Amino acid sequence: MTVTKGIRDTLSMTRNSKSTRIGKTSRRGRRHPLATIALVTIGLLSTGGAYALFSSTASAETSSVNTQASVDEGKKLFSSNCATCHGLNLQGVDNVGPSLYGVGAASVSFQVGTGRMPLANQGPQAEKKAVQFTEEQVSSLALYVASLSPGPAIPSAEYLGANGNASTGAELFRVNCAMCHNVAGAGGALTQGKWAPALAGVLPVHIYEAMVTGPQSMPVFNDTNLTPTQKADIITYLKYLDKNPSPGGFDLGAVGPVSEGLFIWIFGLGAIVAVTIWIAAKAN
Amino acid sequence: MTVTETKPAAAPTVVETPAAAAPSRGARFTGAAANYIDERTSISGLVKELGRKVFPDHWSFMLGEVALYSFVVILLSGTFLTFFYQPSMVEVVYDGSYVPLKGMQMSAAFSSTMHLSFDVRGGLLFRQIHHWAALLFIAAIGLHMLRVFFTGAFRKPREINWFIGFILFVLAMAEGFTGYSLPDDLLSGNGLQIINGIIKGIPVIGTWTSYLLFGGEFPGTTVIAMFYSIHILLLPAILVAALGAHLLLMIINKHTQFAGPGRTNDNVVGVPIMPLFAAKAGGFFFVVFGVIVLIASFFTINPIWTYGPYDPSPVSAGTQPDWYIGFADGMLRLIPPGWEVVWFNNTYSFNIIVITVILIAFLGLVAAYPFIEAWITGDKREHHIAERPRNAPTRTAIGAAGVTFYAVLWAAASSDLMSTHFKVTIEGVIHTLQVLFFLGPVLAFFITKRICLGLQKKDREIALHGFESGRIVRLPGGEYVEVHEQLDDYERWRLVSYNEYTPLTIRPDADGRISGAQRTRAALSHWFFEDRISPATKTDVERSNQH
Repeated sequence: MTVTKGIRDTLSMTRNSKSTRIGKTSRRGRRHPLATIALVTIGLLSTGGAYALFSSTASAETSSVNTQASVDEGKKLFSSNCATCHGLNLQGVDNVGPSLYGVGAASVSFQVGTGRMPLANQGPQAEKKAVQFTEEQVSSLALYVASLSPGPAIPSAEYLGANGNASTGAELFRVNCAMCHNVAGAGGALTQGKWAPALAGVLPVHIYEAMVTGPQSMPVFNDTNLTPTQKADIITYLKYLDKNPSPGGFDLGAVGPVSEGLFIWIFGLGAIVAVTIWIAAKAN
Repeated sequence: MTVTETKPAAAPTVVETPAAAAPSRGARFTGAAANYIDERTSISGLVKELGRKVFPDHWSFMLGEVALYSFVVILLSGTFLTFFYQPSMVEVVYDGSYVPLKGMQMSAAFSSTMHLSFDVRGGLLFRQIHHWAALLFIAAIGLHMLRVFFTGAFRKPREINWFIGFILFVLAMAEGFTGYSLPDDLLSGNGLQIINGIIKGIPVIGTWTSYLLFGGEFPGTTVIAMFYSIHILLLPAILVAALGAHLLLMIINKHTQFAGPGRTNDNVVGVPIMPLFAAKAGGFFFVVFGVIVLIASFFTINPIWTYGPYDPSPVSAGTQPDWYIGFADGMLRLIPPGWEVVWFNNTYSFNIIVITVILIAFLGLVAAYPFIEAWITGDKREHHIAERPRNAPTRTAIGAAGVTFYAVLWAAASSDLMSTHFKVTIEGVIHTLQVLFFLGPVLAFFITKRICLGLQKKDREIALHGFESGRIVRLPGGEYVEVHEQLDDYERWRLVSYNEYTPLTIRPDADGRISGAQRTRAALSHWFFEDRISPATKTDVERSNQH
């Protein structure tokens, strides 16, 4: 977590300095003047690790503190894990995987960081599973994909602290999200075997990234739609739900009256019928 | 402690036991107080009459009691809620202790419900008790109705009481629905929106009825106040009156009982109200109350704080009504799309009209079933013995078909949850249920009928030849036989004491004509009693004993 944060900080630093000095054209980390110097100092140290990565993705434990190194590392990871379906240059493969032009670092961080990618199997929807990469590897991949074609960036930490306005967040959530994810974030059904997942326990960074990139059936909520502050409010509300269990007791899955009805029939009436049988039983 | 009550009420004989020893001070006081009250109210006659009423003992006879007791719990907890609830749709700004709603605009109804849930001591507990008790109330009514149906306890002289019970069931659903709407939260507002849609779907009068109900365009500003009056005044008053009539008729008709040694159509065997039954029932009330309070303490119901105040734009995934309205919601989900027709510039929404007609027809059949069956069977006798379901195969099969029909609609109301929780497509769920809507009741009918007939055959076999004892004996000739153990008379009685019906035969009326109604009736009667297993008669039993 701290490492990712470090990278994100570096990223935002580089981005800020660039935009002030050089302007829009040099967003990419590798063109930054500092990046070259950093590359020289770190390059030698990381060569061995990069080689190990190239041969085996799972055993890599390189500590990347440098953007360019991460991009290179990401390229290697991408070639060996993603290129089969998405193409070596993100161009996609017909009928297999979509092109990744413009998806941005946020999309990679969400899809790979929640374990949805690499895809376990073809189905109506990519399922969440155990994350396949370390956090550094995920950020390397994200950096690499973002370096080839710009897109939504990984959100800055200031929006992810769950310290916004929960009340606004709750209202925004009900208006924008609840029709698929349910008011309590318990998830819901979509057409043709797809579904909106439950939101309990999802990391703030992933919630934010899902909103900006609109993975799978989800619509994109860009910054004019929902400002970053509003996104932070929604995250605040969802984290409030995570932290505060239902004041009324066990929430029975928070899926509404169906579970309440089942509960009263099976356990409520069931318990009472058991009592009636006991009362009416003949005392032998 | 079993007492037999004979139908033609025997003249009550008052037996005075002369006090042998001087009564204690306490007993003297009780006696004097009882005498004081009796001299002024003549209540002893009533106590004597009621106190000697006999109730048969069977667990399934207590389901109606469960409904009654949950109703009492509802009344008690509901009274508490009225102290804090404001039935008003005036816009206010919430400033209570629930953080994610602070500063939100909402109706006074929602705000006061939030206030009573979070800022009134015990308020949330009472609200949950009220809501859980309401769910239990209607569930208990449903189970009670099924018991009465499957044991034929609605037959003469109890048809009217069945109808009153049905009215109670509908009133309970109406109470539930109006109560569900009162918090004015997102979920209940969605429910009202659906009702609004259904009303508007009625041809000609629909739109104006909707305007009348909501005082203008939905959602208006008046519906909550109106529902509140209906919920706490009108419906409870009718409900209590109908409940009184229901209980009174139950006392007048006496309770049914299952056949057994000494239990005939002309008596009631059980325990008298005073003191044993009253003690048991009183204890049972507290058991029901206790179960409700336990559930309400540990399990959230209707978390309005997550639903938030009503706003016509958002709809949450997984929006469902409470369970008892589920069958109507399910019907809406099962109807195929595109059933609207435009005639002369008016749109006729058959996807709504068909639903309304089917649901009303279903409820109408439930209400009228005793009268329909009485007409088909032509049975004018009084029945005080509850039938075992297997001994009325066609009725039991009809009941099973009805339960299946209801269950399919009920399941359809949670189609989205079945889809997400069982990982199947929602289209698959809907299409399966659409098929089951037609096929399920038919299958249930035939399967149940066959099972009933099979059980009857088994009963007859056991009554005549006894049961297999598992003891194998070798006869002198080398043959092995399994010894069949004969039932004793008490056990056999349960198996053979039921009425056998035969189909009605068509008879010409006074003018020598056979009307169409006659033919229909004969055909229905034939369908009803065509397949039957005769109970083993005395001669049958005796003959088989000689073997």
